[in-house]
Amino acid sequence: MIRIANVQFWVHDQDEALRFYTKTLGWEVRADVTIEAWNFRWLAVGPAGQDGVGLVLMPVPGPPMLDAESSAALAELVAKGDGGTLFLETDDCQASYDELSERGVAFNDPPTAQPYGIDTSFRDPSGNNIRLTQLLEFDPARGNGLSGT
Amino acid sequence: MHHSTRRVNVVLPALQRSGPVPGRGARVVATRAAQAPSSVGTASRTVGLVTAQLLARHLLRARDLADARYAEPLTVADMAGAAGLSRAHFSREFKRAFGESPHQYLLTRRLERAAALLQVTDWSVADICFAVGAGSVGSFTASFSRMYGRPPVAYRRLWPPAARFVRVPRCVAMAYARPQNRTFREEIATAGS
Repeated sequence: MIRIANVQFWVHDQDEALRFYTKTLGWEVRADVTIEAWNFRWLAVGPAGQDGVGLVLMPVPGPPMLDAESSAALAELVAKGDGGTLFLETDDCQASYDELSERGVAFNDPPTAQPYGIDTSFRDPSGNNIRLTQLLEFDPARGNGLSGT
Repeated sequence: MHHSTRRVNVVLPALQRSGPVPGRGARVVATRAAQAPSSVGTASRTVGLVTAQLLARHLLRARDLADARYAEPLTVADMAGAAGLSRAHFSREFKRAFGESPHQYLLTRRLERAAALLQVTDWSVADICFAVGAGSVGSFTASFSRMYGRPPVAYRRLWPPAARFVRVPRCVAMAYARPQNRTFREEIATAGS
């Protein structure tokens, strides 16, 4: 059987990302190992209660992995929101929204009815997109896709 | 702080004006400069590159605002405010970063959302027009027809009944389904801008 073990985001600053995912989101540290010889830090986090999957917070690499120009281009792409999306599920979108708002997460939009459920989204400090969805049975009547209705 | 590149000089005042990330600019610049002072080039070049990254992050806040509040009478000035930039500078940098002007982005976002509503609701064209923040049904219909090659009602008939749709998250639809503008004569649908 094949399972997903870790997925990965590029981040601009691992310390900043670690603070966001643990202090603000309330996730656990799965791994935080620095290998001095490589100037490398393996940093992974994940939500409590889901041990099987981790999110690796990988710094945008410089030379020799990436030449300086590519490194800067990648960092800028992430800042432009092109680093990818993490799709999260919750049993209660409004409750998660309220709790995370109180913890300091700045959401892009309030919980919004969609044909497939209710969802909302926010970004990590680097600009990575995080979608938080409460799946419901498909219902086009519910799904107008508009904020605040 | 280095001021040896034009980009740094332009961007730093904007960073100071923007509320959400006080002090982040200086800290990230310092961190990056300390991590790779020689491998990226001169210190001033490092600052320039990192500042481009910070500018992009601010422009993304403006794009997020358009994606979240297109249904309101949002203007390019509102988007510039979210990025903490003057309107002229903002429009130029937004186009450089995302390939089209903020006005065009907002217009195509509204048309994309209208197309989505045509697929998954049975709302009237007028209801959909106002629901996505477009000001006038006539110009909305004309603009939609130019962009999608057919009027809204004909576009709706292309799609299967809404209940057969798969669960595509909205962010995916918003990223992939936004139409490419084929003309720069679109002057409707960005109410108040």
